[in-house]
Amino acid sequence: MLRVRLEFSGGAELLFGGSKAVAAELPDPHAAGTTTVRELIAWTKTNLLKERPELFVQGDTVRPGILVLINDVDWELEGELEYRLQDGDTVVFISTLHGG
Amino acid sequence: MASRKGCVLCNGERRALVKIPSTLAPSCKECFFLHLENNVYNTIVRHALFKPGDRVAIAASGGKDSTVLAHVMTTLNKRHKLGLDLFLLSIDEGITGYRDDSLETVKRNEQQYGVPLKIVSYEELYGWTMDAIVKQIGLKNNCTFCGVFRRQALDRGAAMLKVDHIVTGHNADDIAETVLMNIMRGDFARLQRCTAIQTATDETIPRSKPFKYTYEKEIVMYAYFKKLDYFSTECIYSPNAYRGYARAFLKDLESIRPSAILDIIHAGEWYQSAQQVKINVPVAGGAGCGGTCVRCGYMSSSGLCKACVLLGGLDRGRPRRAIAADAE
Repeated sequence: MLRVRLEFSGGAELLFGGSKAVAAELPDPHAAGTTTVRELIAWTKTNLLKERPELFVQGDTVRPGILVLINDVDWELEGELEYRLQDGDTVVFISTLHGG
Repeated sequence: MASRKGCVLCNGERRALVKIPSTLAPSCKECFFLHLENNVYNTIVRHALFKPGDRVAIAASGGKDSTVLAHVMTTLNKRHKLGLDLFLLSIDEGITGYRDDSLETVKRNEQQYGVPLKIVSYEELYGWTMDAIVKQIGLKNNCTFCGVFRRQALDRGAAMLKVDHIVTGHNADDIAETVLMNIMRGDFARLQRCTAIQTATDETIPRSKPFKYTYEKEIVMYAYFKKLDYFSTECIYSPNAYRGYARAFLKDLESIRPSAILDIIHAGEWYQSAQQVKINVPVAGGAGCGGTCVRCGYMSSSGLCKACVLLGGLDRGRPRRAIAADAE
């Protein structure tokens, strides 16, 4: 098992039944340390996403406009979908809505 | 395993946490904050938006853009001794479960930044809340009412505060979206105006957009790292579908090449029509031609301003007719 803390904000929490933070336990079927963010997003869609999946997922990645941080670092600096999750990582998804 | 890239702006002294969209530079938190603040400061200086002693109202909704704008404006005012008298100006449309919650954020901002807050409501100005309007006319055209009313309400609130200037939180993504929408609709008159950093006529208080060149991603990251609390719920009455398409398209472009957003703004800025003078006629509630509304005195190109036309329909209980007349 791989333990990862997931956080949803900026409106993304509304797609997850209002949950702002989830302590997730993912199966780690491959060799330890090979599960990627791509697999995390697919797992999140299957197991946590409550409504309107098209507002969160597009293909095998998040919908453009959703910002992702891995351990408080912009995922664009961490290999995005290819980042290999470590036990104890925190992944933040921030939706950006129009307005404000 | 994480790569631990160094910040390219301070020569790798600190770890990079954000990839800046306009330059793709991996940047540490401190350099990123400075990048955003300097970008806004340069925009203010280059366009000479203010002069010392100006009274400036920050249009504040409690959302991400205006919350970050309030933070950055107060920061720059202190750091660069701009000499501005800042105010927060909020509009209460009267939408239960949406605006009442977001106004709580603005009230916290008033305390945090020590900037006085003025709230003007549709109910006090027009005698109608948006809740009451939607109850009467349903969810069709309600955004027309809200848009017309908000524009006037901001002007009236600004007049009550006796400010010289209004700043709004429109960011680069918003402006690029508007350019795309105006191209898709073939609206040449608006295409020429929509990239202007400042709008002003003799009759209205100048409005400007200090975040014109600031990416939405930067604003959200800034709020995240500064732990600024903002309100993030879509308006319960507004599907805003057309903008949604432009936005989705723009976000797809950005994911391929982030500079697309600034490129589109740049293209919009250089767009000129041979028929500029002919097309650019005044619109009610926009650039006026000197007339005023016979009922309320607000600038208007015809006898009644747009808000009074809409109100006339509401008060007679026939809102649909008012909109039809308005469209002719």
